[in-house]
Amino acid sequence: MSSKHRSQIAARRQPRSPVFAALGDETRLALVAKLCAGQRRSISQLTKGSNLTRQAITKHLRILQSVGIVRCVRTGRESRFEFNPQPMEGIREYLDFVSQQWDFALSRLRSFVED
Amino acid sequence: METRIEKRMELKAPVSRIWRALTDYREFGAWFRVKLDGPFVPGQVSRGQITYPGYEHVKWEAVVQKMEPERLFSFTWPHPKALAEDDYSPDYSQEPTTLVEFRLEKTANGTLLVLTESGFDHLPADRRLEAFRRNDGGWTEQMKNIETHVKQTP
Repeated sequence: MSSKHRSQIAARRQPRSPVFAALGDETRLALVAKLCAGQRRSISQLTKGSNLTRQAITKHLRILQSVGIVRCVRTGRESRFEFNPQPMEGIREYLDFVSQQWDFALSRLRSFVED
Repeated sequence: METRIEKRMELKAPVSRIWRALTDYREFGAWFRVKLDGPFVPGQVSRGQITYPGYEHVKWEAVVQKMEPERLFSFTWPHPKALAEDDYSPDYSQEPTTLVEFRLEKTANGTLLVLTESGFDHLPADRRLEAFRRNDGGWTEQMKNIETHVKQTP
């Protein structure tokens, strides 16, 4: 293996997707689900209905902000959070692709076992 | 946000038939389109070569996880990037994988097959995305071919 090739491989070996990692948590998924509705929400609104403290919710929001799924918008003295779907588009596209491949593989399986 | 894939499908064949189609390496290879080197053994790497037209250069590698007769067959694999790299050879100590599970359940008319693929949160998404974007045209074409084939030979 050439050293050039090796360095290409090393370059490809990125850390796990930060977006996926950020979503790999039930609380954060729930926050994203709430924000997906489209309205900007304050920390109090996001804390309401959960068993977590304001501080804990803030911490989770920071993580979502760091990967760009959530944006913080200041209106007056209050910070409101909104959903930013852009970093997720790629993931959805990718899952759709894999999902479609399974549809085709499974239809081959069907014709294989039902004939 | 769903980071797993689930497919449910009812098949008009007994559970034992589906189990064989999934776990006999020759039968699996026939519908999945891969030429496997040998039988599936839990805990062991399964190797082979894709036989899918246009992708014959792609290696198949997976680690068989569970084989609970007529109930559950599962494996992990470091898939689609293989499509992007001709000389791809995975190193399982390094590579993130997804988990594929086939579950079977007897129904009145045959068998319910539930397929799930999970663990996408471990994938370095950027690279995967790049891999599939580069191959997207090809895949779309292949999918049409299969669809035609399935329709012609029901």
